[in-house]
Amino acid sequence: MSLPTARFGGRIKQPTWRAALFWLLPAAFLGYFFYQPLLSIFNLLISPEWGFDLSALDWSQVWQPLRFTVFQATLSTLLTLAIGLPGAWLFTHFTFPGKKTLKLLSTLPFILPTVVVAAGFNALLGPRGWVNLGLMALFDLETPPIQFLNTFGAILTAHVFYNTTIIIRVVSNAWSRQNARLQQAAQVLGASPWRTFREVTLPLLRPAILSATLLVFLFNFTSFGVILMLGGPQFATLEVEIYIQAMHLLNLPLAAVLSILQLICTLGITIAHNQLSRKDVLAASSRAQELPVRKPKRGFQTVIVALLVVALFTLLVSPLAALTLRSVVKLDANRGERGEIARGFTLQYYQALWENPRNSLFYVPPIEAARNSLIFALITIAIAVSLGLLVAYAQKQRSPLNHVLDPLTMLPLGASAITLGLGFIIVFNQPPFSTLSFPILLPIAHSLIALPFVVRTLGPALQGIPPSLRNAARVLGARPFRVWWEVDLPLLAPSLLVSMIFALTISLGEFGATSFLTRPQYPTLPVAIYRYISQPGALNYGQALAMSTLLMLVCAAGIFLIERLRLPGKEIF
Amino acid sequence: MKKTILFLSLMLIAGILAACAGQTPTDSAGDARTLTVMTHDSFAISEDVIAQFESENNATVEFIRSGDTGAALNKAILSKDNPLADVFYGVDNTFLTRALDAEIFESYASPALVQVPAEFQLDADNRILPIDYGDVCINYDKAYFEENGLTVPTSLEELIQPEYAGLLAVENPATSSPGLAFLMATIAEFGEDGYLDYWQQLVDNGLVVVNDWETAYYTNFSGSSGQGPQPMVVSYGSSPAAEVVYAESPIEEAPTASIIGENTCFRQIEFAGILAGTPNRDLAEKFLDFMLSPAFQEDIPLQMFVFPVNREAQLPAAFTDNVDIPEHPATLAPDLINANREAWINAWTETVLQ
Repeated sequence: MSLPTARFGGRIKQPTWRAALFWLLPAAFLGYFFYQPLLSIFNLLISPEWGFDLSALDWSQVWQPLRFTVFQATLSTLLTLAIGLPGAWLFTHFTFPGKKTLKLLSTLPFILPTVVVAAGFNALLGPRGWVNLGLMALFDLETPPIQFLNTFGAILTAHVFYNTTIIIRVVSNAWSRQNARLQQAAQVLGASPWRTFREVTLPLLRPAILSATLLVFLFNFTSFGVILMLGGPQFATLEVEIYIQAMHLLNLPLAAVLSILQLICTLGITIAHNQLSRKDVLAASSRAQELPVRKPKRGFQTVIVALLVVALFTLLVSPLAALTLRSVVKLDANRGERGEIARGFTLQYYQALWENPRNSLFYVPPIEAARNSLIFALITIAIAVSLGLLVAYAQKQRSPLNHVLDPLTMLPLGASAITLGLGFIIVFNQPPFSTLSFPILLPIAHSLIALPFVVRTLGPALQGIPPSLRNAARVLGARPFRVWWEVDLPLLAPSLLVSMIFALTISLGEFGATSFLTRPQYPTLPVAIYRYISQPGALNYGQALAMSTLLMLVCAAGIFLIERLRLPGKEIF
Repeated sequence: MKKTILFLSLMLIAGILAACAGQTPTDSAGDARTLTVMTHDSFAISEDVIAQFESENNATVEFIRSGDTGAALNKAILSKDNPLADVFYGVDNTFLTRALDAEIFESYASPALVQVPAEFQLDADNRILPIDYGDVCINYDKAYFEENGLTVPTSLEELIQPEYAGLLAVENPATSSPGLAFLMATIAEFGEDGYLDYWQQLVDNGLVVVNDWETAYYTNFSGSSGQGPQPMVVSYGSSPAAEVVYAESPIEEAPTASIIGENTCFRQIEFAGILAGTPNRDLAEKFLDFMLSPAFQEDIPLQMFVFPVNREAQLPAAFTDNVDIPEHPATLAPDLINANREAWINAWTETVLQ
């Protein structure tokens, strides 16, 4: 069944120079800050000078992690879809108590450094986590009944925990832009709700679902911290293997081979995605025909909605809650006395954040760290969203240039943070772009990672703007800028907000590149968290959890502000 | 129109912030010279100690912290044609040969070395100078052993006895530096022919392996505030002192202690050196002298929880009360480590993980 769409404007072949014009800035940015360091580091490492010898390579060291990487990424992505798609349905169609809170909280996992998420899962499901303690007390057990950490299940759970928000945000954003009239028409013509969903709703959602799936898959594909900290030594993905080879065995050439392989896979996956979504029909959204958002009907629908809300809360919020709880609760008041674990409320960890008892030069004041994190996040938003808009417009030009350049914008997701970090070191060592004197390299690195998200969010939205609206505006005498301001921007507004939130969260939580590029003068919150948790002592552990709670608060505040941004036309959504 | 103005002003603010952050803070101290020191993430020092060096030499010291030990060394090696710093601090004896082979350091026989015992001076050419040392040891939970009437093991050999089944957590040597150090302690004890058999017996006795120190210490170890199930963990000899210093409420005695026996601990020595090609050689020399001086050396223990190499340096009370320095720590020659690190780790992985 083909869909009625207004696309007469899109058929006109646009001259390639227009696409090239839109590509100019993003391509220059990616070329200079991404491809240059990456190619330089590969060029250096894959040379005989570094003892590189392809024939001496033990290929089992390559295939084994690759196989596992593909396997776990596929499984994790399917599971994430299984949770995220019903979640998107829920957020698109229904109002329910706590909806805004749940939406906000579901985004928070995305920013948390893995070491903190591991601590959260440990506080919940670890041998001394709340769940195991409860079960032990309830059934009078000697040993903790749930063995969660260092299992394959822990990897899958953590991936779902991290990435469900991508599916929910991207898909429900597209879903609520759908033209309700199409569904109504199908139903008037006698289609059952299931048939309407299968033949109208789903085909229209396909681009968004595919985009979100691609992002989630690539995130899982390059997973590092989750595998290392929650999966344990039995499991190694390509990224973990790169880390081991580069940082612990100092076998940089093998690390380079592995990162090239990871890039090739990313490229292949992106091209496959583009092939799949090429034939997609993009439906126009229209101001008048919003999908209705309402309370669930009594009975069956209410039960389903309630179950979904509870499931999402349990999965996405409980580890965060366990973490926050642990940051204000002292376990065992008397150290060393085991058996009965004493608990008590304390703000001690938070108070200690403000103290520097040993007068350390590298003490990180929490307010300053929060400020630096926010400033870097704002710069990341500014860079990623403006470049992402340009890319989205370039993609709209239907130029052959896009087939080549589009997959290249996705590659930063597949680049190993370690390799890219090393590349930055060897390339950016002269002013003005020096890793030493140029703190803006950090938000630039964050923008590289955020850009794919922005592009995948804005792209489908932009394609969905009916040319008829623009043509009408032009016919009525509007200048190009006015057309953009009054037609494109209002229709893009919700997607702009979503992409800003992605840029914000990526910048706030990213640690891989941060650990390479951060300067002691500009510490960020994740840096401070690592600083505490890498030292023994109950206070350090508590402070790391307190700092993580602070990071969540800063992120929540950021999202709250972004969602209240009054972009033109936003009120209609 | 209001909303569009708001949107525009947000973008403007972001732009201004970007521009501000892009500016390097300019140094107001006039002609003060800058010395750049590259180091790893665990580096810490007191503000006033560095301020002392800065005022004595009319210099500013900038630190670049670059990830963990391996990451920082990689950075130094990769940027050797265009050094990012004047001094590098943080090569340990397991990476020593690699660092020397890469020829990133210039020799400097600091006069302060007379106060450093010869056992720490591993490079005859003084390209790198010892600054501190520490031991990777098994920590145990005192209360657990007391409550269960268990005797604390005193040697690696005893760990395979059935009463210690399932009680020890170690780190993967492929992903963790204390994990690698403990593997090397077993190699020093049982030899290259015997260590794999020993590990097999550890596995049969319920050994728990995790990837990183954070997980081992805070999730698995019962003596930390993580309250895990294992009462023994591979950590640092100084961790008991840190448990006292960073206790929630002041405590007299550490809840944990280290097993100090022959070859139960592996000695890690950390070195600093002058990066080849520095334009600030004289200042770099002064900084190395300063790092070996009592002021710096006595600040090390409570900042980084390692021991000063200078025999004149005094230890703080938290250390003298809670940390035992092993008399016979395990050591291996840096050349041997460099030649076999990969083979040992691979063999270990096959024995323990597969």
